[in-house]
Amino acid sequence: MSLYSEKVMDHFRHPRNVGIIEDADGVGEVGNAKCGDIMKMYIKVQDGILVDVKFETFGCGSAIASSSMATEMIKGQPISEALKLTNKAVTEALGGLPAYKLHCSVLAEQAVQAAILDYYKRNNIPYDPDEFKCALCAHEHDHTADDGDEA
Amino acid sequence: MFVYADHAATTKILPCALEAYNQTAWAFYGNPSSLHTEGQRAKEVLEKSRGEIAAVLNADPREIYFTSGGSEADNQAILSAAYAGAKKGKRKLISTAIEHHAVLHTLEKLQKEGFEVVLLPVGHEGIVKAEDVRDAIDENTALVSVMLANNEIGTLQPVEEIGKICREKGVLFHTDAVQAVGHIPVDVQSIGCDYLALSAHKFGGPKGVGVLYAKRGAPLSVLIAGGAQERGKRAGTEDLPAIAAMAAALKASVADMGTSSALLKKLQTKLIFGLSRIPHSSLNGDRERRLPGNVSFCFEGCEGEALLLYLDDEGICASSGSACTSGSLDPSHVLLAIGRVHDVAHGSLRLTLGPENTEADVDYLLEKIPEVVEKVRSFSPVWRDLREGKRQFIL
Repeated sequence: MSLYSEKVMDHFRHPRNVGIIEDADGVGEVGNAKCGDIMKMYIKVQDGILVDVKFETFGCGSAIASSSMATEMIKGQPISEALKLTNKAVTEALGGLPAYKLHCSVLAEQAVQAAILDYYKRNNIPYDPDEFKCALCAHEHDHTADDGDEA
Repeated sequence: MFVYADHAATTKILPCALEAYNQTAWAFYGNPSSLHTEGQRAKEVLEKSRGEIAAVLNADPREIYFTSGGSEADNQAILSAAYAGAKKGKRKLISTAIEHHAVLHTLEKLQKEGFEVVLLPVGHEGIVKAEDVRDAIDENTALVSVMLANNEIGTLQPVEEIGKICREKGVLFHTDAVQAVGHIPVDVQSIGCDYLALSAHKFGGPKGVGVLYAKRGAPLSVLIAGGAQERGKRAGTEDLPAIAAMAAALKASVADMGTSSALLKKLQTKLIFGLSRIPHSSLNGDRERRLPGNVSFCFEGCEGEALLLYLDDEGICASSGSACTSGSLDPSHVLLAIGRVHDVAHGSLRLTLGPENTEADVDYLLEKIPEVVEKVRSFSPVWRDLREGKRQFIL
């Protein structure tokens, strides 16, 4: 018996694509330590394809599993496909999450978008802000006034 | 290996308590309120248990009220004192920032009803100052409620001093002794409290049963109406097997207290010393004035729930005050009250040892916990930022 599904526990125990990419083409960080969850996503892009994805997560079991699952779902995919990744898809692939943990899968979706947005910005690639609503709001959430005081 | 280090959450029932439970359930099945022989035999067990528990607490048996546990006892004590105070125009309630939610949520409810609630600070050591209690008391104060020992960080509060102050000032005093009873000596006369709450499953008794000690003459209103049980103060047919088991567990715990407490202190010292060697870690709460089995730490750069789950995989049962384990975004109010910032409070680990833990258990904890902390840190972006100097270490 466990709080989480077997799939969640598998990704938690054996997270896929853990680590950093030193020469990443895009890096996205969402969440904040104050709330207890930070996800950092690194992507390597070749010809519009995410040839490599890595993540680091400070957070609970479902946050770690969600980020691991998200990297697995987008690795090798074209950017256009990765942008379609939703928290719902991550949750379903994990065999469900407890209701109060759903925000962890939202963070995974935001982290993917934030990394791609960073890639677009670095390369001056025009983008449709509507496609990054999730990442943009996560970005604002990052810089709450009292966050800096505690660091 | 399997190490249960979560005794503050609950304990395994003691063999003597289980035996008392079974024997009572089978051989004393009568309703203590019934007039016939079976009922009166059950009544005898009820009153014998009451007497035994009263003796341990140095109370009069008439001051012992059986409840469904510590939470109910806390609720009844606080509500009784508050409503009695309100009748005299006293609507101020004084407590601390580190109380159990059974106390804090009851106070919040009263606050919504118009009571003034003052939660005193506890400093970095997690101990309220008796002088602060004295200063907070005024002519409008109906009740002071201060726990005997904290459930998360184990710190012992100066309840005897506070009890003395409350008597001087003529203010009712309640203490939540759920974590203390059965583990350290608890004497209602020397504490000088009007109310005390305890829970059986924290000292080897069954779940779902506890006691409210209410001093003779202390106001007591009814939470559960519908019968004359417990001198008309708590309706419902008594859970006699659980009550008999609670009495057995309490007697056994108190009889073994000297030896088990010495052993626990030894294990605690070793565990604290060992865990302190983990870089950027810190003990929560005062080093000396704490329950003998409690070890609570914060590890910077790692999150508590992940720690617990990996430890569980290693056969270690522990607990944490991280947000994720509480189901909210805020970490434990106790850790915040002792000045831990959110980022650090999320990385807390509570180990609470019990009499059956051995030195080998502690060695195993000291082998596995540093490994698991390192593992969680290895993929933590917070830890990376700390190491790379992009974020400043707090611990």
